[in-house]
Formats: sequence, C-alpha cells, structure tokens
Amino acid sequence: MARLDVRKTWKLWIGGAFPRSESGRTWEVTAADGSDEVANVSMASRKDTRDAVVAARKAVGPWSGATAYNRGQILYRAAEMLESRRDTFVDEVRFATGATARAAADEVDAAIDRWVHVAGWSDKLAAIDGSANPVAGPYFDFTLPEPTGVVGVLAPQDSALLGLVTVVARAIVTGNTCVVVASAQAPTVAISLAEVLATSDLPAGVVNVLTGFADELGPILASHMDVNAIDLAGAGDDWAALEAAAADNLKRVLRPAATDWGLDPVPAQMLALTESKTVWHPRGM
Amino acid sequence: MARTDLDTPTSVTDLVTPTWEYAPAPQATDVVSIAATNDLFIGGDWVSTRDGSTTATLNPATEEQLATYTVAGPADVDAAVAAARTAFASWSRLRPATRGAHLYRIARIMQERAREFAVLESLDNGKPIRESRDVDVPTAAAHFFYHAGWADKLDWAGLGPGPRPLGVAGQVIPWNFPLLMLAWKIAPALACGNTVVLKPAETTPLTALLFAEVCQQADLPPGVVNIVTGDGDTGAHLVSHDGVDKVAFTGSTAVGKAIARQVAGSDKKVTLELGGKAANIVFDDAAMDQAVEGIVNGIFFNQGHVCCAGSRLLVQENVHEEVVDRLTERLGTLRLGDPLDKNTDIGAINSSDQLGRITDLVAAGEAEGATKWELDCALPTNGFWFRPTVFTGVEQSHTIATDEIFGPVLSVLTFRTPDEAVAKANNTPYGLSAGVWTEKGSRILEMAGRLRAGVVWANTFNRFDPTSPFGGYKESGYGREGGRHGLSAYLKPAA
Repeated sequence: MARLDVRKTWKLWIGGAFPRSESGRTWEVTAADGSDEVANVSMASRKDTRDAVVAARKAVGPWSGATAYNRGQILYRAAEMLESRRDTFVDEVRFATGATARAAADEVDAAIDRWVHVAGWSDKLAAIDGSANPVAGPYFDFTLPEPTGVVGVLAPQDSALLGLVTVVARAIVTGNTCVVVASAQAPTVAISLAEVLATSDLPAGVVNVLTGFADELGPILASHMDVNAIDLAGAGDDWAALEAAAADNLKRVLRPAATDWGLDPVPAQMLALTESKTVWHPRGM
Repeated sequence: MARTDLDTPTSVTDLVTPTWEYAPAPQATDVVSIAATNDLFIGGDWVSTRDGSTTATLNPATEEQLATYTVAGPADVDAAVAAARTAFASWSRLRPATRGAHLYRIARIMQERAREFAVLESLDNGKPIRESRDVDVPTAAAHFFYHAGWADKLDWAGLGPGPRPLGVAGQVIPWNFPLLMLAWKIAPALACGNTVVLKPAETTPLTALLFAEVCQQADLPPGVVNIVTGDGDTGAHLVSHDGVDKVAFTGSTAVGKAIARQVAGSDKKVTLELGGKAANIVFDDAAMDQAVEGIVNGIFFNQGHVCCAGSRLLVQENVHEEVVDRLTERLGTLRLGDPLDKNTDIGAINSSDQLGRITDLVAAGEAEGATKWELDCALPTNGFWFRPTVFTGVEQSHTIATDEIFGPVLSVLTFRTPDEAVAKANNTPYGLSAGVWTEKGSRILEMAGRLRAGVVWANTFNRFDPTSPFGGYKESGYGREGGRHGLSAYLKPAA
C-alpha cells in the first residue's frame, strides 16, 4: 500500500518562529505547473505585520552590532543552505511559476550565487562609501554608512525566488532588519526560503516573511511609525500613495523601477538603505 | 560656586580683575547699500513680478524696514523654472573646468565682498556680526571654493564614470543661515551641471539678492541661478513645479513631510535637511572648561536658531551641579544686544513669530515643572529679543525635551551610565546631530557608533566644513550636504 506523504503547513515567519496568521485567514494557491497540488497559504493581517515590525526592531541591535565579517559569513551560510535544498527549490519555483525544469534550475542557481555575491559586500561597502574628510581644523573627520534600521520590503511580484532573494539580501547585508511581503504569485517559495534562513544562523527577527497581499499589507508597512525605510519593488501601480504614507515619519523610500533581477545589485542599491554618519574626532597632544 | 565666610576675597581674580565696561564697537553699515525695492532675478536679469506682490523685510533688532521685495507668484516661478531649463542645455554641456572656473570666481568675489555680505546678513537676520563675519560668510565662500574643484572631477564622485546632472533644482532655504544655506544648495548643484531656482526665506531675502549680483559679476550664464523671493506659497509652487527635477529643502520637519508627500509618485529626487533636538552629552571625565564653552556654543550660537543645536544637555549625574554652576557663571558674561556691535554674543531673534514660539515653549517648560534660569540682562526696547535660558530638572516627557525650540533655550537632563546616555539621546524622532564630551578616545568612538544621528561632534559642537557630509537620520531628513556624499544628491549615474 502506498505511503501517504506528509504535507507542509504554510505559515508565516516572524521573529524566528513560524506562526499561522493570527487572523486565521488562508488562501488557496494552486499549482502553476499543471500538477493538482494545492497549498493553503497563511494570509497575513495588520496584526501579523505589526508583530513582524516588533520582531524586526528587536533584531536591529544584535544584527547591526554584529561584525561585518560575521554578517558576511551568515549570508554565505544562507547560500550553503539553499544549495543543499536545490532540488526542492526547483520544484517550488515550478509549482509557483510553471517554469520549465531548466528555467527553474537556472533561477535557483542564480539565487544561490546572489547570496554569495551580496554576502561579500558586507565588509566592503564601508570601504567604498566611507570617507576621511579633510576638514580645516584639528579633527579627524570621517563618514561611514550605517544601517537605517527596519526596512519594509514589498518583494517583486514577477520573480519568484531571485527577486525575493535580491531585495532581502540588499536590505540586510548592511545591518538592517526587514519585514518582507512575499509575492502573492509565489508565497510558498518565500516560506521555503524562510526555512533556509532559519537554519543559517541568522538571528531571529532579522528577516520576517509575510505571505499575503501587497495592496493590503503595503499601506500598513508604509505608514508604520517604527519602520525606517520601505522598498516598493513589488508595490504595483499604486505606489505613489505608499510613498506619500511613508512621509509620515520620513521613511527612506526605494521607488519601484524596471529591474533586471538577473543582474547583481550595485552598491547604490544597498547604500540607499543606509545612513551616512559623520564623526568629528578631536586631535591634539 | 561655593562661597566661604572668610573675610577675604573669594578668589584671586576678584583681587586683580576689575570689571571692565565694554565701549560700543559698532560695525559700520555704510559698506553695504540696500535697494529700497527689489525685483526677482530670473534669466540673468532683474525682472518685475508677473503675478506676485510686494512685502517688506525688517531688521529684527530694530523692527525698522530694510527694504521691500517681491513675493513671487506662480507665473514668476514658471518663468524662473523656464529660464533654468533653457540654461541647463548649455550649462550641463559646458566644459567641466569652465563650470568650475565660474564657481571659483564666485568664491573669490564672495571673499572680496565678505564684509558687505556679513553686514547685510546681520541686518536682515539679527545674528551677531562676529558670527556672520567669522562663520557664515567665510564658510559660504569655502563651500563654493570646494565645489568649484569638483566640477571637473565628477567621474570620481562615487557614481561611476560619466555621471549626469539631474536638470533643474528647486531649492528652498531657511532664515537661520541665509547665505550659508544658499551656498550649501547652489554650489554642489552648479558644480554637477544643474541649474537652480532658489527661494530664500521670507524674513531674510537680502543676501540672496546680493548673491545674484555676484553671479552677474562672475559672468555666470543667464538662467543658471535664478532667485525668486517670496513666502511659503512661492516655495510650494516651486517644489511642486513639473519642470523641477530635483527638490532640496532645509527647514522644518512639518514642511519637509509636506514636500515628501507632494513629490510622492514623481521621479523627482529629494533631499531634506530638517529639524533636530540634539543631545550634547557630557561625561564626568570631560575637560570641563572646554565642555562649558562647547555647551554655550552648542545652544547659544546664532541665538539657538540652529537645526543641529545642542538643545538637550545630558550631564553625567555626579558632575551635574558643577556643570550647571560653571555654565550659568559663563553665561553671565554673554553680551546680548546690537547685532552690529563687534562685542555682541547674542543677537536678535529673527522674527516676532519665532519669538512667540520660543516664548510659548518656555512657558510650557515652566508649567510642566522644570526650573528656569535666565540671563539677567537688559533687553533693547525695540526688536525681538530673548534672554539665554537654561532649564534644569527637565524630564524626558517635558515639551522642552521633545520639541525643537529653535531659540536660546537649553534643557538639562542627567544620566548615570553610558547606556542611559545613549538611550536618552536616541529617544527622539529626530536624528540630526549629537555631541560627546570625554577625554577618552575609545568612548568617543563607541558613543559615536551608538548615537542615531548624522553628525557626531566630539569635544566640539556646531562645526561645519564643506568637505564634511552633513544631514540627518530619521525625521531630521535624508540626503547629505557637503563632501563627496553631498554630490550624489545632484547627480545620476551614466545612462
């Protein structure tokens, strides 16, 4: 008699735990690859979003306080974990997008390489963006990038894994924490990615994954007074209202732009979610 | 200070230092001529308004009218933006070294006419001539000199080779450092190949109009710099104008948020330099005389009309009494009065509106239970004045500990441990600047790393340099001015 397989319950990832939505809501995601699989995915609510922001805020200290070398190693570890589950992710991407096995494998490989690439920036961005400023006075004056804090991320809708990996990695590599709203087209890929990150030594709360709908959760993140920045990559056509809401506490805003997710992020995209701190240190005998 | 009951003088200085009366030392004002009426500077010419009106600017120290100027209307803003757009085509393609040469000329002319600018600034703003002469004007000239040198080196500005200017910049500046803020805005914009329409503050339009004259003397091509004087409506027309590619604003957080909402959904690039409530943190090992000077400079420089002013003094508890005693003794020597007198430390409050805001906030401080000390000095009968004021016993929840006062008012709080100092310093929606006073270098760097502020001064305060990026965290705005970082506010990568 054939064994009945154990199916996965698709939950959110908040503060290192995998809760269901407090609202009890789910929605049915059907396979895009022609199989008859169905996933009942948690539909995150306002309360879930706010809980995720609390978890992300709590993680800012430990994560931004970690050495850049340590952050780089942890992000590299994410690549290792993803590589070890490569075949699973190929299936996940195919389920979500209906891509061919070849195309799905290419996307997973690119996502693994993306983690490695961005991980390597952790201890280099300060060297290319920082400066020693030759002020006219007895001071050693320098400027360094620092994380802006909690970043709300609306993941791109059109890139199941690679786009998601890119927006998360570019936000956290500098020491930010994030609350990411997964693409409504590919929520199961995002939760599987959360399982990868959960085993990568990433401190709890550095990344929080909400499955749900950007048009419901986007305004909550954009107007949340304890979120420092928002990446509107997956915001859709109504992003102007989100940028306006973000002005309530002057969030840093990454406007949506036509992006080739096949390209590695340039430093400016990572630095857009940092602050420049200038320090005047006295000199003298 | 502790007093003894002995029948002897309490200190050696009482024996040897008589109290000197200061003789008046007025700076002559005839070095500058002020036109009675002022047009707009658009397309390299002085043009009268199309649909605006006229208003007056006062000397805040006397309430006498200095001049009338134009309140530009929407059609004036249209004309200025159009002139800037026309000029952009050639200015952005000019040989970079030639753009730099224009900026060098401007820097030199500002240095040559420095006294004129200083006197005019003090007349229109109310700040002491000592400050306009020694800080505002030389730093403004330095800003042009610094950015002149960038014009032909933009490939190394950090955006990759061949970065491009943004286009027309709409710039709105405040009244606290009228000429210096103009320099912070115009110098990097022009160096990067943009053209500008600048709106000076309502109460301080005069040095911007004098600067327009400098542009003419420097043979700056018409339309590269346009000055539209006016009020808040003029500024709103400018930042919301479809022909503007870049908005740069320095001013209040409330207006900054309104601008951020207004440009939402557009492709305009925005930089905002807004309010602050800076913590100035004094540890018990600080060099006390130096720290007291720094506290005074931190909050009473420019009558406290400074967005990055050290308005919250955080003193380690065991030296609180000593610091407050020394501070009030030092404040007793400050001279408040005629801004044009070379001995004046504290000038006039810029406007009656601002005086009203300061007065209301100080009343709130008293009502909420903080202990008020104020300088015992006579105030001139005309003009807008406020005595240097220190509140002790301030709680973090007091209005005077949370709200930007933008006046000569210091709130003193205490802390016991470095962790507590950091927590209190960061307990504000603002994040523009902070100060740390300690003799321990490692503590300076650790504190600097943990303070959520864009500029951290150690054993100094309120220092500005064109090479040093300046700007805020959180609700103090975004973007940087000065240094290599400031250039990226006016450039985009090669296509």
